[in-house]
Amino acid sequence: MTHEKLTMAQALNRALRDALAEDPSVLVLGEDVGPLGGVFRITDGLTAEFGEERCFDTPLAESGIVGMAVGLAMNGMRPVVEMQFDAFAYPAFEQVVSHVAKLRNRTRGKVGVPIVIRVPYAGGIGGVEHHCDSSESYYAHTPGLHVLAPANAADAYGLLREAIASPDPVVFLEPKKLYWSKEEVDLTAPVPGIGRAAVVRDGTDATLIAYGPSVPTALDAAEVAAQEGRSLQVVDVRSIVPFDDATVCDAVRSTGRAVVVAEAVGFASVASEIAARVTERCFHSLAAPVRRVTGFDIPYPPPKLEHFQLPSVDRIIDAVDDLQWEDS
Amino acid sequence: MEHTFVTDDPHFLLPSAEPVQLIDPTGTPTGGSAHELPDAAALRRAYGAMVAARRLNDQAYALVRQGRLAVYPSSHGQEACQVAAAHVLEQEDWLFPTYRDTVAAVARGVDPVEVLVLLKGDWHSGYDPYTTKVAPQATPLATQLLHAVGVAHAARLRGEPTVVMALCGDGATSEGDFHEALNFAAVFHAPVVFFVQNNEYAISVPLSRQSVAPSIAHKGVGYGVPGQRVDGNDVAALLAVLGDAVARARAGEGPQLIEAHTYRMQAHTNADDASRYRHEDEVAAWVERDPITRLETYLRRHDLLTDEQEAAYVEAAEAMAAHTREGLNHDVEPRPDDLFDFVYAQRTRQLEEQAALLADELARDEAR
Repeated sequence: MTHEKLTMAQALNRALRDALAEDPSVLVLGEDVGPLGGVFRITDGLTAEFGEERCFDTPLAESGIVGMAVGLAMNGMRPVVEMQFDAFAYPAFEQVVSHVAKLRNRTRGKVGVPIVIRVPYAGGIGGVEHHCDSSESYYAHTPGLHVLAPANAADAYGLLREAIASPDPVVFLEPKKLYWSKEEVDLTAPVPGIGRAAVVRDGTDATLIAYGPSVPTALDAAEVAAQEGRSLQVVDVRSIVPFDDATVCDAVRSTGRAVVVAEAVGFASVASEIAARVTERCFHSLAAPVRRVTGFDIPYPPPKLEHFQLPSVDRIIDAVDDLQWEDS
Repeated sequence: MEHTFVTDDPHFLLPSAEPVQLIDPTGTPTGGSAHELPDAAALRRAYGAMVAARRLNDQAYALVRQGRLAVYPSSHGQEACQVAAAHVLEQEDWLFPTYRDTVAAVARGVDPVEVLVLLKGDWHSGYDPYTTKVAPQATPLATQLLHAVGVAHAARLRGEPTVVMALCGDGATSEGDFHEALNFAAVFHAPVVFFVQNNEYAISVPLSRQSVAPSIAHKGVGYGVPGQRVDGNDVAALLAVLGDAVARARAGEGPQLIEAHTYRMQAHTNADDASRYRHEDEVAAWVERDPITRLETYLRRHDLLTDEQEAAYVEAAEAMAAHTREGLNHDVEPRPDDLFDFVYAQRTRQLEEQAALLADELARDEAR
């Protein structure tokens, strides 16, 4: 057991470094990932340590980056690509949905493409337009991709290592807002794997279901609710695809009430999918309809207005208050 | 990974003023080219493959009319391009074909029945890409060119001598991925030969609406990739020019862009009506430039093809057509489990549930 204080950014950097050291087929590529170490410094020092054949800058073209990664993966490599920002990943969309996600299926399992697409995502950092999108629904709606969203440094390390080792392509969503939050972690301790959610706070009155940047907000809300005498359980989804129905539904059944919290636009969202799955599976355990606290159905707002868009402790508490505690 | 050009003079990137031609449409050697005529054995081999390719194109077209194939984008008239693209490769090389390059994949050694699985509708791809190093046929345009760059770069990192032949059509050169692929290949000095079969049409839209560049081969200049133009109905010129490009890529000279001038003799697919956008006179003029007739005339005139050899090629082509008919007339019972088995390396719990739902539905249907 070696506990150390690390930020999520450092944990991600450590995961890449350990993967590069262990497996010569792992490559890191993208825009500014070389000597600069990435605009968020996630790849800091990797080119210096492993050489520019293992961690390298590419031309500034996202479709090119992901398309090249497909070929690298077809020919024995395990590329980890960085999309600089959520909304800057869109030029690669065709490569992601038509090839990365489908090659295994197209070839009846002959050609798997073990690619990790790292996407610094979501808002809350005062970013200007096109730098704060929550784009998880696009990827989650595409069969063939795994979609992960860690909410703490230990998961960031453990899930990224597992994503790189996975035979399947993974879209790895890194909440920018949490990059610099420091925590005490033991990187040698195993974390639950891909496809597993985790109950991160016990509670008996209602269940908050969140992922990525919304998990700390949900935990804060649970803390406030506790002071008000309400015991809220918090589930961190961690793995959007594959989704852990069992853990989420067991949690909801234990409390009988649920609120899904996510930053993304609510319409046709991952939050909607979770609410529907929970309702289908737990209907007889539910004392109230499942509520969603999500972003409004608007383009991501400019920095001065983004606090109106983000799920807040107050909004979560209001939603919990609305869960039909008494028949009226 | 760093590389600099041998010269700052961009002229070495420019294609020749006219497409390279070694045998003219009358079957006469043109002489005077920097390229030598391939030897008789190579030309005969290409001739045999083109005879088989033409037979396969026409057989597949017939199978559409019989309802055995959903659709077939024919390469009738482009056989020289496709055969040459396959013949200049070594075993360790890769071929990246498009949906119109069925006969290129076959010329590289893939069973035509397996290639046509896509168009028959049994599955999205019917062959193991690793067996013959032929990537799955791409139906999205130009996306496969980037995959070719990745395959080539991976090989280069491992010090392998692999060259990748990446095919696309004239329409695909308008797609963003065409440009990104050329640029990435050039920056990473990847051993890729980009081979554009310019057949004048992207479904109905003529080349003049895709580009007003002097030629497609000229586009290489913008990326630092040498370009060359070749008569796409002259298999001798194609073997020489593509062979040279492959040799240069293998020797470490980086990517090459080759444009073949050819013509799509038939409609885009059987579902298309070419009479709506081009005149029969135009098509008739290209009949005169047929690649198979041209090579046959040359070989016969120089006593390089005997009646027996000709008969053997025709017989082999007929055997392949029969094999193809037989394979496509054989109905494969669809396996519902296939729907769920290849989405991920292992089924997710959700896919297990959905597979069980479908199995249950089918069992109830059967019980009815």
